[in-house]
Amino acid sequence: MTGQAQAGRPIKLLRNLNAKIASIPMILTALVIFVGGTFWTVFYSFTNSKLLPRLSFVGIDQYERLWAAPRWVTAIENLALYGVLSLIFSLVIGFMLAALMDQKIRFENTFRTIFLYPFALSFIVTGLVWQWVLNPDFGIQSVVRSMGWTSFTFNPLYTPEIVIYGILIAALWQGTGLVMCLMLAGLRGIDEDIWKAARVDGIPMWKTYLFIVIPMMRPVFITTIVIIASGIVKVYDLVVAQTSGGPGISSEVPAKYVYDYMFQAQNLGQGFAASTMMLVTVAIIIVPWAYLEFGGGRKRG
Amino acid sequence: MADVGTFNTTVAGIDAVAPRLGEGPSGAKPRPALSSRNIMLYGTLTIAALYYLLPLYVMVVTSLKGMPEIRLGNIFSPPMEITFEPWVKAWAEACTGLNCDGLSRGFWNSVRITVPSVIISIAIASVNGYALANWRFKGSELFFSILIIGAFIPYQVMIYPIVIILREIGIYGTLTGLVIVHSIFGMPVLTLLFRNYFVSLPEELFKAARVDGAGFWQIFLKIMLPMSLPIFVVAMILQVTGIWNDFLFGVVFTRPDTYPMTVQLNNIVNSVQGVKEYNVNMAATILTGLVPLIVYFVSGRLFVRGIAAGAVKG
Repeated sequence: MTGQAQAGRPIKLLRNLNAKIASIPMILTALVIFVGGTFWTVFYSFTNSKLLPRLSFVGIDQYERLWAAPRWVTAIENLALYGVLSLIFSLVIGFMLAALMDQKIRFENTFRTIFLYPFALSFIVTGLVWQWVLNPDFGIQSVVRSMGWTSFTFNPLYTPEIVIYGILIAALWQGTGLVMCLMLAGLRGIDEDIWKAARVDGIPMWKTYLFIVIPMMRPVFITTIVIIASGIVKVYDLVVAQTSGGPGISSEVPAKYVYDYMFQAQNLGQGFAASTMMLVTVAIIIVPWAYLEFGGGRKRG
Repeated sequence: MADVGTFNTTVAGIDAVAPRLGEGPSGAKPRPALSSRNIMLYGTLTIAALYYLLPLYVMVVTSLKGMPEIRLGNIFSPPMEITFEPWVKAWAEACTGLNCDGLSRGFWNSVRITVPSVIISIAIASVNGYALANWRFKGSELFFSILIIGAFIPYQVMIYPIVIILREIGIYGTLTGLVIVHSIFGMPVLTLLFRNYFVSLPEELFKAARVDGAGFWQIFLKIMLPMSLPIFVVAMILQVTGIWNDFLFGVVFTRPDTYPMTVQLNNIVNSVQGVKEYNVNMAATILTGLVPLIVYFVSGRLFVRGIAAGAVKG
């Protein structure tokens, strides 16, 4: 009786029962983990929970302490610098590689395989490899010195001022292949007639790219930027593997701050406040995008 | 300019990376192979390729050298004497804390985590995506939207509530707990993947089966499943690499004896005690990267589709 919705008037909840059963994991995840968990963390970020979460409210005390902590400020500065640079460089490098790949080259598959394979590797592997390549005693610095340029200095991982660039090099190595692939897909979506028209008009190639092709690829760029940006906010494993936040606190990032305070310093309140700030950061990126993309009644292309 | 593709490729999505069709005499006018343009083009690409290949090369040669040679030579020189001892040591003897049974333990932990996580998450998401595509009910789209928006929330925000839930159930720190966590966080992107795929199938198929009296599970198992093998492969690639490469969940939700490979690798290489054995470290690093690399090289273009879908998860 219940299985056949047409027969009689079964109870409303039992209509389409199988689909509802199949959706239980999704509903639980969406409500309990995503909505519930997020509100729970935000809620408890206003308490002074230490080893265990407890309900003694201290207002925005945790946030004041957070922004007064040099380690958090460093983490945010690092994230901002790393974020801006990695966004710019991945877009530029990714687009240029894609443009080169789009010249009807031979061995395209080989090149793509090479550019993309780092993306299959974990951030831990990436971080450890680059830790070794950038090792001051054995890596690039020592190799260049042994070739005769004895004053050559390139030691980002042990120099607080530039350590974030060392991480950036590794991150670009890992992630630009993906950007290249997305951009290449975008380039292949450009109508060939556009190129023909530009050629007939005698517009130089670089101008065609800059003023015609790139503006036409706006949706691809937006998607790519959202992908890169939400990855940037989460950067964690790479720093843990490559520098462990050092030297000192000079390569700390917010995600690491959260983990350390929640699970090592046993200062849950700080961890909750810091993770809430991460949520705010993501919201600042995502909300305008979601508005542009889905708002105003415009359907996604 | 003339060399830029002459074929109209109307493309939606990442499949566009596929080379243009009909490569042949219909292409642009051939040019001399050694034109300055070609030298520039292939030169730049080759230099870029060398940059991407360099770390892999350094890893391999370092792992095949003995420590005395590493201390003397430079990291780019090929090994004078090839030794596989670092590999053996990384696999079976490397120490993390008090345990000295090598990465093999982490490898088997990762297998025990990855296999059930992949199966469970794909099973849940495929049925769910099918329900969302063909059996919509009141509220289904709302929950789905929450799920997709939730994919952008940093994991750090949701980790601690999950720790509490798992602790209450009594499976915090076990592999079961971690499998559940992976299934939860794999859900948004996989559900999206399957839903979009099932929506793209012709609706008549579904309607015809309905008219013939087939039910929810019958249609799924007999009609949808056989038609959607490629998307299952994409989902598997996505999940195997994603779960194998995970570090954060591994370090939060397991204990030292159940650490996945990535966590154990990091502990081996970044341990402060003892003399650093760079060759063993590099061998261990390659071993950890081997599974996703094999998946990558075997799966080829499907991998690109998988990561393009997975990248949306951010």
